[in-house]
Amino acid sequence: MTAAPPVRPASPAPADPVEPEEPTQARISAEIAAAHRAAADPEEAAAGHPPRAFAPYRSSALRHPRQPLVAAGGDPEAVERGGPVFGVTDVTDLDADLTAQHLGEPIGERITVTGQVLDRAGRPVTGQLVEIWQANAAGRYAHRRDRHPAPLDPHFTGVGRCLTDAEGRYRFTTVRPGAYPWRNHTNAWRPAHIHFSLFGTAFAQRLVTQMYFPGDPLFPYDPILQSVTDPAARSRLVAAYDHDLSTPEWALGYRWDIVLDGPAATPPDPEDPR
Amino acid sequence: MPLPTPSQTVGPFYGYALPFPGGGEIAGAHRPDAITLHGLVYDGAGRPVPDALLETWQAHPDGSLTGRPGSLRRDPVTGGFAGRGTTDFTGFARVATDAAGHWEVRTLPPPPQRPYLSICVFARGLLHHLFTRAYLDPAPHDPLLAAVPAPRRPTLLTTREDDHTYRFDIRLQGEGETVFLDFGA
Repeated sequence: MTAAPPVRPASPAPADPVEPEEPTQARISAEIAAAHRAAADPEEAAAGHPPRAFAPYRSSALRHPRQPLVAAGGDPEAVERGGPVFGVTDVTDLDADLTAQHLGEPIGERITVTGQVLDRAGRPVTGQLVEIWQANAAGRYAHRRDRHPAPLDPHFTGVGRCLTDAEGRYRFTTVRPGAYPWRNHTNAWRPAHIHFSLFGTAFAQRLVTQMYFPGDPLFPYDPILQSVTDPAARSRLVAAYDHDLSTPEWALGYRWDIVLDGPAATPPDPEDPR
Repeated sequence: MPLPTPSQTVGPFYGYALPFPGGGEIAGAHRPDAITLHGLVYDGAGRPVPDALLETWQAHPDGSLTGRPGSLRRDPVTGGFAGRGTTDFTGFARVATDAAGHWEVRTLPPPPQRPYLSICVFARGLLHHLFTRAYLDPAPHDPLLAAVPAPRRPTLLTTREDDHTYRFDIRLQGEGETVFLDFGA
């Protein structure tokens, strides 16, 4: 290899490529429609993952590889066929209740979010770590770079963790997040969502995604949700309101099952000493 | 068979949720054989990416692939992080790039039969994470490296800076683009 450059670059980085004018929603919506029409391979689109190059989501332009991925799935000894494990030391009892992490109650509509984590074969993923993060009810993240004029809530951080149970189920109590503006284009608003991070039995099953709420009028305008070009796949990102899950006088219930892609762990070799 | 849940970007605001103290400290503090793997993440304009999140996963130095819990070991009194136990090798690191696009993990050398760290890259602007591998001292006929066209193979190799320090830069796009991997369904 050629000599690696120093860790701290000496000269300032060039500025972002600037579009002549900030794109309008109409232009982004037209680009979304074109991208959906151009989703050439229906089979690939049906698998559901967004293409990494999705022009209406401007930040993707310089952050996706142009070379095809190299197939690496054939080796059962690959480390990616195993994965990190988590346990009772990695979570505390209060982590799954995002409304109970401060002295007071957060403002907002209290909700229960629950579901089952499955692998591609439909088997539950048990005892694995589920992490969530989200904006507060006003649409503001507890992050210093989120400066948009909505209030922070001193009683809400918006981070949760739990381990899936013996049936692969997770369960969180939180408040419904608000929509918020961002700078992809003029008048860009993200539909309300909760970020999810999931591990399977194999590192190759790793998933970070977002859960949306049913009936959100912002869906068609959002280039991140619409980066999933197949409508059926897109619908798999939307939770279902479940009245039986709602708790009288307390919380509304949403159900969202998650299916991890990728090969599950290689079964352990019985000859393995460990 | 159920269909997979699509990926979505980690976005810009994961920083108060996913990283944790000691996220890059896989090796116990007392280990004299620990190595540091570090580098920069670059975008397609050659600029460092200051808001990427990297996870690494590897085999135990004894060759086994049985991870242990405790990467995020918690303090039940305060709810905060207690730090990893020094004897539990979890095999897992999670680190965010800094404002200069730099990351590092301190770990134990991977075993000769699996001489690499698997790296999963997340970032704002990246709609679906990317896997790559950082090889330390690969055997001459590693099956994956053999499957990669020779001109691109060096993007999977670390550069040894001294006995305990290895450099691995990740280029998301463009000249010298890192080889990223697909593990199939």
